[in-house]
Amino acid sequence: MTLVPGKQQIRFIIKPIVFVLAMLPLALLCLRIFNIYGSGLGPNPIETVQDYLGIWGLRFILISLAITPAAWLIKKPWPIRLRRMLGLFAFTYCLLHFLAWLILDQSLDISAIISDVIKRPFITLGTLALLLLIPLAVTSTKGWQIRLGARWANLHRLVYPAAILICWHYYWQVKLDTIDALLYCAVLAALLGVRLWKRRRL
Amino acid sequence: MLIRVKQKSTPAPSEIASEAEYQNRRSFIRSMGFVGASTLLGGTACAQENPPETRSLGPLLKSQYSTDQTVNSYADVTQYNNFYEFGTGKEDPYEYSGQFKPLPWSVRIEGAADITGDFSYEDIIQSHALEERIYRMRCVEAWSMVIPWVGIPLADVLKRFKPTSNAKYVSFETVYRPSQMPGQRRPILDWPYREGLTIEEAMNPLTILAVGVFGKSLPNQNGAPLRLVVPWKYGFKSIKSINKIGFTETQPATTWNDAGAYEYGFYANVNPEVDHPRWSQARERRIGGGLFDAKQPTLMFNGYADEVAGLYSGLDLQRNF
Ligand code: HEM
Repeated sequence: MTLVPGKQQIRFIIKPIVFVLAMLPLALLCLRIFNIYGSGLGPNPIETVQDYLGIWGLRFILISLAITPAAWLIKKPWPIRLRRMLGLFAFTYCLLHFLAWLILDQSLDISAIISDVIKRPFITLGTLALLLLIPLAVTSTKGWQIRLGARWANLHRLVYPAAILICWHYYWQVKLDTIDALLYCAVLAALLGVRLWKRRRL
Repeated sequence: MLIRVKQKSTPAPSEIASEAEYQNRRSFIRSMGFVGASTLLGGTACAQENPPETRSLGPLLKSQYSTDQTVNSYADVTQYNNFYEFGTGKEDPYEYSGQFKPLPWSVRIEGAADITGDFSYEDIIQSHALEERIYRMRCVEAWSMVIPWVGIPLADVLKRFKPTSNAKYVSFETVYRPSQMPGQRRPILDWPYREGLTIEEAMNPLTILAVGVFGKSLPNQNGAPLRLVVPWKYGFKSIKSINKIGFTETQPATTWNDAGAYEYGFYANVNPEVDHPRWSQARERRIGGGLFDAKQPTLMFNGYADEVAGLYSGLDLQRNF
């Protein structure tokens, strides 16, 4: 690729486009919530909303993790400039998935929530993953990046264990047909594997 | 009971176009996040455009066993199903069961009975009066519905074959037709699907052989033409599209128990006190509610304890789950 977008192009063209695209799943969910075009949420709307937000949370985690390898691939650093926004979208979808569980599925029933987090291993894993993501979202700003200096990059490596926990969380809640979950696990394995491979060669 | 039969009328071309457009938009919006590999691997079966007409079943007897709880909508009952023979997604049975031919049908009766052999659907059903049974249905996945089944007591059917004193259990098998059942082309479960009951459970007056829902014959996705309904057990016990019934002396192998004995027992009685290893069974989501509906508590034996608790006196239900 010879085309290298300049700073202004990234800021005023590419970023807004990516923003709109990343909002699209949420917008479509709103269409379904209000049953526009008869799209609806089906007979089990709570499960539909929760699963939809969860899968998009995972997808954006994987998209965020794909940015660095993409930059290596095209040997240009500019995609890195999209990483923060994509990471924050990932966090937003994950948080909404959690809130859907908390408010819609559990109706904020505190005792049921605590017992589920402790007793259900796949929910424990999801909770751990979300807890790992919170400091990353909080320290995603330029200010924190400067304040933390070299430690910032180390802190943000927490996304790797978080992503592993999320895939495990997904895999574990499937009743029987795990093929979709395994495909997402395979994509994550590839994205982490390529980092290890790169390190070896340095 | 009067049942209105849908008028067959040819839609105007403009109606067809708008319906197709509507479906396209709908499926695009829905597919954002829902078409997974399992759906794609389901085979080449095309989506169900015109579900085969179901037949009206005529006058039905009322039953003392029917609940007066609000019945789920026809859409809930026919578009949210677990029937892995047509795919593992909840909408797959509705979408991919259009190729299935439920009639003509024959059922093999075998094992410890005086009368065995192959019997047609009509042989099995014709001499019985059809009843409406409005039952709660509780899935092992912690959701539930209220469904107006049409059927006959299983006991009345089984007695006609004169089971012998060796008949301690009854086994059931779903038809194996991968050409018409795309889910069977993947080895998700050990096909054909098998289920079983003790003879006492099979003879309990709550247990029915269902042939319809909402006063009409069963749609394919609900287990046409003939299925079991055992309302105090998790839904997977209520085996669909049955083409084999056997009387056995020993406990028959059952599909979900084979797939994971630690998670799915032979009895599979609804029990709020025995959790599935990966989720709680204490509460359930009643299908058909809105986004802010709370779960409701699950009842012992799905609320049928008066009728069936006696079957299990002396049995440790924590261990025999
Ligand atoms: C941190 C990021 C998280 C991601 C990316 C994520 C992702 C997912 C995914 C992909 C699924 C499967 C959806 C499907 O079956 O199609 C799922 C299911 C589920 N998640 Fe999460 N999850 C996260 C955190 C959490 C947390 C914190 C909780 C609760 C404490 C939670 C509770 C659940 C539950 C209850 C289900 C099963 C829903 C059902 O029954 O269908 N998740 N999640």
